[in-house]
Amino acid sequence: MKILLNGEAFATDAKTLDELCARLGFAEAKIATAVNGSFVAASSRGATSLADADEIEIVAPRQGG
Amino acid sequence: MLTLYGTSFTSRLLLGTAQYPSPESLRQAVEASGAEIVTVSLRRESARARTGQGFWGLIEELGCRVLPNTAGCRTAKEAIATANMARELFGTNWIKLEVIANDDTLQPDLFGLVEAAAALSAEGFQVLPYTTEDLSAAERLVAAGCTMLMPWGAPIGSARGLINREALKTLRAYFPDIPLVIDAGIGTPSHAAEAMEMGYDAVLLNTAIAKAGDPVKMAAAFAKAVEAGRLAFEAGLIEPRDMASPSTPVAGTPFFKIDHAS
Repeated sequence: MKILLNGEAFATDAKTLDELCARLGFAEAKIATAVNGSFVAASSRGATSLADADEIEIVAPRQGG
Repeated sequence: MLTLYGTSFTSRLLLGTAQYPSPESLRQAVEASGAEIVTVSLRRESARARTGQGFWGLIEELGCRVLPNTAGCRTAKEAIATANMARELFGTNWIKLEVIANDDTLQPDLFGLVEAAAALSAEGFQVLPYTTEDLSAAERLVAAGCTMLMPWGAPIGSARGLINREALKTLRAYFPDIPLVIDAGIGTPSHAAEAMEMGYDAVLLNTAIAKAGDPVKMAAAFAKAVEAGRLAFEAGLIEPRDMASPSTPVAGTPFFKIDHAS
């Protein structure tokens, strides 16, 4: 399955958002997620199935003004 | 005291955390500024670099109240999703709401801003909106649930100060009881002092300190300027006048003759 991960093409066979995050090494990381433009809470990642062409955002704290 | 959404602060300077030469310089500048509120953002996290993980440790060490922003968002929808991600990441209902209209000016899209402010307020957020000096937008934001407003002084990063003074004075007079924070465009300590003298409750800035030759010294300079401006406002400024008015007593002036007075 091909998804768009943080704006870049990415191939994965992860079934859920939670699985994708874990495979990326983010299981314990300070991150937040969105799928197709909508926020997905950490507690909902396991129940969020991934589909071809999904647009996934994984973000973390950064400097800001 | 500055009170925003029920929380009181001694410092009236809110500080951004971006563009410092080093993490240590950021830490020292925050300390020198006396700021109790710092702004942060969220950005895409790379599985390889994991940049955000280290930054979070630094922010926790600062011990300040964290104000996440929605910088770069172009639509209400983007800003709402970003605010929700920020709330989960930073564990705060506070959001510095930015919906940007234009790349050259980074000016707020007031229509998207009001839409997002209403939606987020309804979701329990406490919205600190980055807006302009526009009165009707300000009224809509207050109606949407904002109990404070953050009008720009000048475009973000421009260092031009308060480029629309009269409108900012009007906004201050129109909302005497709502905390108003000048956010963006402050370039010098005198700009910050001017905003405070006008009765603004606080200033929020980043670039003027972060990009200064010595950010730590500049942070101290801004802290003094904000305090001086606030004291001056509380003391009550005199009215300007067109003609001179002698400060030294006229009575008893040596060599005084009555025809000198005409």
